[in-house]
Amino acid sequence: MQLFVDVGRYCRLIYEAIRSSTEFGMYWKNLIIEMVKTGFDSLPIIILAGFFTGAVMTIQTSYQLVAGFIPPATIGSIVSQSLLIELAAVISALVLAGRVGARIATELGTMAVSEQIDALESMGFNSVTFLVMPRVLAGVFMFPVIYVAAVVAGMSGGLLGGILTGAVPVADFMLGARQVFSPADVSFGIIKSFVFGYIITSISCYKGYFATGGAEGVGQATTQAAVLSCIYILVADFILAFVLL
Amino acid sequence: MIEIKNLTKSFGDNLIWKDVSLTIEEGETLAVIGKSGSGKSVLMKHLNVLLYPDSGTVTIDGVGVFEMRYARLRKLRQRFGVLFQGAALFDSISAYENVAFPLRYFTDLKDDKINERVMESLKLVHLDDIGQKSPAELSGGMRKRIGLARAIVLKPDYLLYDEPTSGLDPETSDEINDLIINMADTLDITSIVITHDMHSVLRVADKVAFLDEQKLSWFGTLEEMKNSDHKALNSFIRASEYSI
Repeated sequence: MQLFVDVGRYCRLIYEAIRSSTEFGMYWKNLIIEMVKTGFDSLPIIILAGFFTGAVMTIQTSYQLVAGFIPPATIGSIVSQSLLIELAAVISALVLAGRVGARIATELGTMAVSEQIDALESMGFNSVTFLVMPRVLAGVFMFPVIYVAAVVAGMSGGLLGGILTGAVPVADFMLGARQVFSPADVSFGIIKSFVFGYIITSISCYKGYFATGGAEGVGQATTQAAVLSCIYILVADFILAFVLL
Repeated sequence: MIEIKNLTKSFGDNLIWKDVSLTIEEGETLAVIGKSGSGKSVLMKHLNVLLYPDSGTVTIDGVGVFEMRYARLRKLRQRFGVLFQGAALFDSISAYENVAFPLRYFTDLKDDKINERVMESLKLVHLDDIGQKSPAELSGGMRKRIGLARAIVLKPDYLLYDEPTSGLDPETSDEINDLIINMADTLDITSIVITHDMHSVLRVADKVAFLDEQKLSWFGTLEEMKNSDHKALNSFIRASEYSI
């Protein structure tokens, strides 16, 4: 029963956000702030995660491809394509489910339990336009940017991993990457990051916006936002791979 | 004029109150009293439609509020100023910006005019030297006063106070009571004060509504309350350790 209540309230929240999206004057300032918080502020952790993922992937791939007749360029192909279609988007999303999702749920949850959302409504604001819309839009706009940063960091990490272990020279790594490069893979990664950005921000907004029960309620909302975001990212990843590849 | 007719509200199976009917005349101050959990704040949230009832009506100047579409409702809400129990200040911006907040979004005023209006509101609550302090740096009483300054900055017709003196020391409570009287007098505002502080009721109220046993148990003027032989009301007043 609670599941139906949750789905109904979530759909209503998103419907209200979309319906009121024309009131741009109400939320453009918040949108810029959220784009900085979600996108720009997340870059260091994303670059770090992407870099090490690429490096480890190169080392492990070279370890697994022990047969001498497999050219070293293959490592570049595998690493670059894996980053483009899967790892950059998914790892970024899982990292940001904690960083961005938890922040959003905590912010909105605290506002909900301290009557700040009621205060906004009682002043005549549409609290969904003001609070939810900019956060979800920032997620949808900035996650593709984050994805690109993760790909670049991952490729850099892969190159360095190859150099440090001597598994694959730079020229071979880049040759392999170029051989398998397809714009469709980039499009797929960007579509994924759009979807993941929406999942994380909308679920976290929902959990925070409807938080009740003081500090404990905010804590629960934050945990649920992070956990549910991770689950739905993995489910969406499977569905997108199934449908688009 | 606000007219409440046969209002009934429950949360799930939990009935809060039923058939509440009362009228609030222009310019008067109504105190809504009752034990904790009697639904005083719930009643207040029906006036500016933060909550919807199970049945019944609230009309403001003859217009039903629950039938309004959301866009019109938002306009109506701007006629209300609300002081929340914990002040509900936005903690990400300064106290000054909290007061300026509605002006920045709902008026076309330039910065200097906004500053004028903010300072005017802050002066009314005796906090015109607040500067750029954040809400976290303010005491409970100061937070309530900033909340009040924010509530009046759009020059509302109605002011709703949710437990304005709760959690404050007697001296600060008295200051808040003075402000409530001052607002009603100088701004000619209709006020609804949700409280269980009988001292505050006796200072500020013209009329009193007593919620008890899931209904409006008693409603009348302050003078009538003083002479009432209503058992539950007298018991509530006595329990407040206040003799009239």
